Amino acid sequence: MRWNEIGKFLIIAFAIIGGFCVYISPLASSIKQGLDLQGGTHVVLQAVDTPEQKVDDDAVNRSVKIIERRVNELGLTEPVIQRQGKDRIIVELPGVKDPEKAIGMLGRTAMLQFKDMTGKVVMTGNDLKDARAAVQNGAAVVSLEFSSEGGKKFAELTSRNIGKQIAIELDGQTLTAPVVQEAITGGRAQISGQRNVDEAEHLAILLRSGSLPVKIEVMENRTVGPTLGQDSKDKSVKAFAIGISGVFLFMLVFYRLAGVVADIALLLYVMLLLVVMRYLGATLTLPGIAGIILSIGMAVDANVLIFERFKEEMIKGKTIRSAMDSGFSRAIITILDSNTTTLMAAGVLFYLGTGPIKGFAVTLALGTLLSMFTAITVTKFMLHFLVYSGFTNKPFWYGCYGVEPVDTSAPVIKKPVKKEEPKTEVKEDIQEEPMDEEAKLAELKAKFAIKTPDDPAKPTKKYDIKPPADPAKPTKKFDIKPPADPARPTAKPADKEVNK
Amino acid sequence: MLEKFRFSIVKNYKIFFAISIIFLCIGFGSMFVRGFNLGIDFTGGSIMDLKFAKQVSVAEIRDVMKEHDLGNSIIQLENSDGATTAQGAIIRTGVIDDAKRREVMGDLKAKLGEFDIQRVENVGATVGGELIQQACLAIVLSWFLMVAYITMRFEFRFAIAAIIALIIDVSVTLSWFSLFHMEMDSSFVAALLTVVGYSINGTIVIFDRIREGLATRRRNESLSDMIDNAIWSTMGRSIYTSGTSLFAVVSIFLFGGETIRNFAFAMMVGFSSGVYTSTFLAGPMWLFLRGKKAGE
Repeated sequence: MRWNEIGKFLIIAFAIIGGFCVYISPLASSIKQGLDLQGGTHVVLQAVDTPEQKVDDDAVNRSVKIIERRVNELGLTEPVIQRQGKDRIIVELPGVKDPEKAIGMLGRTAMLQFKDMTGKVVMTGNDLKDARAAVQNGAAVVSLEFSSEGGKKFAELTSRNIGKQIAIELDGQTLTAPVVQEAITGGRAQISGQRNVDEAEHLAILLRSGSLPVKIEVMENRTVGPTLGQDSKDKSVKAFAIGISGVFLFMLVFYRLAGVVADIALLLYVMLLLVVMRYLGATLTLPGIAGIILSIGMAVDANVLIFERFKEEMIKGKTIRSAMDSGFSRAIITILDSNTTTLMAAGVLFYLGTGPIKGFAVTLALGTLLSMFTAITVTKFMLHFLVYSGFTNKPFWYGCYGVEPVDTSAPVIKKPVKKEEPKTEVKEDIQEEPMDEEAKLAELKAKFAIKTPDDPAKPTKKYDIKPPADPAKPTKKFDIKPPADPARPTAKPADKEVNK
Repeated sequence: MLEKFRFSIVKNYKIFFAISIIFLCIGFGSMFVRGFNLGIDFTGGSIMDLKFAKQVSVAEIRDVMKEHDLGNSIIQLENSDGATTAQGAIIRTGVIDDAKRREVMGDLKAKLGEFDIQRVENVGATVGGELIQQACLAIVLSWFLMVAYITMRFEFRFAIAAIIALIIDVSVTLSWFSLFHMEMDSSFVAALLTVVGYSINGTIVIFDRIREGLATRRRNESLSDMIDNAIWSTMGRSIYTSGTSLFAVVSIFLFGGETIRNFAFAMMVGFSSGVYTSTFLAGPMWLFLRGKKAGE
């Protein structure tokens, strides 16, 4: 027992387990949550051509700016306004209280016009400097402040129309049509006729942010209420807990000590995944959580591949140490090839997907990369320390059944007896199937007792290929045996041959 | 431990191919006859999932919808005991303008009282069409990339065998959705691509062994035997890995909530098919592509 190695193993193990217990919860809640988890509205707007105004790059860019201003007025935390492609704008409004009103506001052209009695447009919303909602005499109004240019225009409009009606129109609808009492020169005016303060506030926002240069339509709208979001969150946490504990238990049962190592590596994997997501500013969505749960199931794959190779090498008669080394180096090629293809699928998904699907692609890709990392490095180091500590060298504790313990201190390496191949069955197979040229030649050679030097590295089929009544049998047996193997029970294979 | 159950996969290829063909025939038949239950992500339309302050009935809601020429909307109440009224209701309409939807919801509020929005989705018809295009593009692009990668790392015949296995997996997943008339939405595309990524993973693990076997096999070991050895030496891995992944997916299916149930179902079907095609079809397929018969 080497206490140094055991110490290293325990330090790593407790560091990871401790870190997981302390940080997992704050870490998980610090990641930005998608609209499907926290509730909110996702809107895709599209600029459309009208006879008056064609959509061009500049118009869409200006629209984005104006919509940005409108959204900022809503006072939400971290809204997203993004131009997509030629003529689309994506807007995300997390936690918006009244999604219906907000959506209605986004796409409003909000073209304000001041007309005289003849219907001639004298002023537009561009002449405004500010617009505020206010309450006057118990009625909600919007008070306007004009720019210096606008103030002059308004003074002119009112002085020319004393005693007549002027109209203030928004998107072609008359908001108010007051009769001018006197010339207004102060650069201020009021629009009355709003039903309540909320409505006045919305109109004020629209007027402040300016009118959209093109017509904007709502192409797509997805709203998740806060209760459903919370419900999804609770349920996915439950699914996560159940999924991960099942996988952990599985590894423990099937791989014992190696399973403990794999489980610790998995804990680290989950933490790393969350840390990377956080620092990349990735958004956690519902499909994304499903992706994490799934990636845990799949992260096990790298460990399973390594442990299965490990097992095979031990069955071949290697010591735990050398089985571990060759198991790792062989499994890594497999892991690399198989994970690259999964990454490709994730890449395509990221490239072509939108919204929550993109979030899913990110978790899938990160999951694949990180699980590869933890399996190759962390599992390897920990297993290394464990094996070198001499804590136990019973293959049973590394997930091998029916394999005799290999004494690492003894200089002699025993050749294990091949029990795995069901000999009779294989023999039948070979007799039935049409053999290729080489096999026929080999059979002929064997019949005529012309010995071919067999490859000692592949003794599996050695006995199978020989016809039962082969006179050359005893000599061959000795040829194959490794010369430096005094411990080999020679009688056993011979008995079996006779039994056939 | 698994050796006890060992049988030749290559020589029994007829059985395994037949199972897949039967599944595919049923699937394609169903796709042809029943078609798909495409969600609004594909077709366009709107869903309003509302929780009213007071109990409402389907008739009450339909009356309001009729006033907006939407009398043919699908209206479902969220209740378990078959009562005629409930607080929760899901209304599905065809393609409507978002302004019109807002108008309808305003009217519902005016006539049936306050409600909380659980979920509201409205998708234009063009967006839906684009999604179908995008989905097909995504799947085909992923196949193309994989063919390129496998050809580079292995050889072209491996790539073709792997892609055939993937096409079967995708078809089987589509079949089940058609057969059970489950709704497909944009997350279904994500699930399909995950199935592609996952299933190829298993196939590669087996091909990796075959590649290794090609380099190290003895002269008298036939290709079929070598493939069988490759498949059986990874059988433990196949069972364990699919076991843990399926466990994870099933736990999402059972406990993850209504919203991602279909998503999890697609992966459940696809993963199962993926394990099957990787284990029983990909190896023999590669052998036949080399122009060899089982046993050679």
